[in-house]
Amino acid sequence: MASNKNNKLNLEQQKYQSFAQKREPRRPLLSNCLKAFISGGAICVFGQLLHFMYIKYFSFTENNAGDPTAATLIIISVLLTGFGVYDTIAQWAGAGSAVPITGFANTISSAAIEHRSEGYVLGVGGNMFKIAGPVIVYGVFSAFVVSIIKMLVNYMGGI
Amino acid sequence: MVKGHQSFIFESKPVILASATSAGPFEAQGPLAEDIDLIHDDIYLGQDSFEKAEKLMLEGAAVKTMEKAGINKYDVGLFISGDLMNQIISSSFTARTIGIPYLGIFGACSSSVEGLSIAAAYVDGQKVKYVLTGASSHNSSAEKQFRYPNEYGAQKPPTAQWTVTGAGACLLSTQGNGPKVTGATIGRIVDMGISDPFNMGAAMAPAAVDTIEAHFRDMEIEPDYYDIIVTGDLGSIGHKITLDKLIENGMRISEKIYKDCGMMIYDSEKQQVFAGGSGCACSAITVYGHFLNRMRRGEIKKMLAVATGALHSPLSYQQKESIPCIAHAVAIEM
Repeated sequence: MASNKNNKLNLEQQKYQSFAQKREPRRPLLSNCLKAFISGGAICVFGQLLHFMYIKYFSFTENNAGDPTAATLIIISVLLTGFGVYDTIAQWAGAGSAVPITGFANTISSAAIEHRSEGYVLGVGGNMFKIAGPVIVYGVFSAFVVSIIKMLVNYMGGI
Repeated sequence: MVKGHQSFIFESKPVILASATSAGPFEAQGPLAEDIDLIHDDIYLGQDSFEKAEKLMLEGAAVKTMEKAGINKYDVGLFISGDLMNQIISSSFTARTIGIPYLGIFGACSSSVEGLSIAAAYVDGQKVKYVLTGASSHNSSAEKQFRYPNEYGAQKPPTAQWTVTGAGACLLSTQGNGPKVTGATIGRIVDMGISDPFNMGAAMAPAAVDTIEAHFRDMEIEPDYYDIIVTGDLGSIGHKITLDKLIENGMRISEKIYKDCGMMIYDSEKQQVFAGGSGCACSAITVYGHFLNRMRRGEIKKMLAVATGALHSPLSYQQKESIPCIAHAVAIEM
C-alpha cells in the first residue's frame, strides 16, 4: 500500500493496514529483478542471434534484418500463448517477458483467444487491443510530441 | 428468532438432507478430491466458453444433490444461488434449466453461506419443505471478468489467490436426518481501505473478525463451543491476520479449531496457488463437501462456517474505490 494513499484513510484503517502489512509476504523485489534481467536478456540475445542469422543466410542487411527478427519473435510468442505456456513463463520471468516485443504479442493474442467465445467482431475484434490499446495510444502520442519538439529544435537551428 | 443484534436462531433446526459438489481437474489434484462428487477433467466441460462450463458445474451439483436426497425437483420449493459472474448468469441459467422457483443472490465468495442462511430461514420460518441452495465459481471465467485474459503473462504477487473451479449445492428440509443449521449471523460491510484485488485475504479478514465476534456476542457462547470454526477463502495471509486480530481483541480462540477453506482445498507445496484458494466454490466445496461429510461421519459435532466476500467490481476497482467486504456465518450442528 503506497504511503500517499494513507491520507485518505481514517485512523482505524491506517492502523489495520500496518497490522496487515506485517503479516503479508513482500514481493521478492531483488530476485524478481534478477529473473527479469536474465529472462529479458535471454530473449534479446535470442533476437540478436536471429538478426545475425537473417543477415548471414537470408541476405538481409543490417538495416532491414530487424523486420523478420521481430516477426519471428512475435510468431513464437503467439504460439507459446496459444499453447498456454507463456503465462507460466511470465510468472517466473515477470518484466523480463513483458517488456520485449514478445510481451506485446502476448497481450494481443491472449485477449483474442479469451474473447473468441463472444464472436469475431465484438469478441476478438473488440477486445484484442484491450491491454495493448493504451500502449499504442500513448506510444503514438508521445512519439508525436517528441517529433514536434525535435522539429522545433531543428527549425531554431538545431543542436 | 432474532438473537442479539445481527444473529438468528432457527428453532426448527432445518436439516441438510444432502449436499453435492463438482470441480475441475486442478481441484482434483488437491487434498479434498475425495469429497468432490463430480470431477471434470476438462475446464471447458466440453462447452465453448468458460461461462457455460461454470453453469454446467452448478447444474451438475444441484442435480446430484437432489439425486442423493432422492427428492424430485418438482417437490423443491425454492432454489437460492449465487456466483461471481456479472448479473449472476451461472446461477440464473442453472435455474432456467432446473425450473425451480428461484432467488438469485450476490455475496461474492460469501454466497455459499449467504444462500445457506437464507435457505434455512425459509425452511424455518415459512416451512418450505425443500429448499435447494448453491454457489459456483470458475477460475478462468473469474480471471477473465475481474483481472486479465487467462493466457496473459502478468506476474502475480505472493498475496494473490487462486479462484476455485467448482460448484456446490445443499438441500435443506424441515425434517430428516443429517447436519442441522441451528443459527446464522449476517455480516456488516467492513472496508478497511484496501484496494488491491491481489490482496483479498487482508481485505476480507476484518469482515471475518467482525462477524465472528458478533456471532459469539449475540449467541452468548464461547469459541470452544464449536469443534471447528472455518472461514471461506481468506487464504494463508487472511487466516493469520484474522487469528491475530481475534486474539488481539481478546477472544480466546485456538489455532487448532480455526481453519480456512482457502488453505485446505489445494496442496500449497505442490500446487502454485500463492496465498490459497478463493471464490464461491472454495467455501462451497470445502463446507458443503468436506466438512458436511465429516459431520455425517461423526468426526465433527458443531461447526461455524464463516464465508467471506469481496464486494468490488472491475469498474469500482478502476475508479480507485477500496474493496467493501462482508462475512456471513452459519452454525451447523449434528
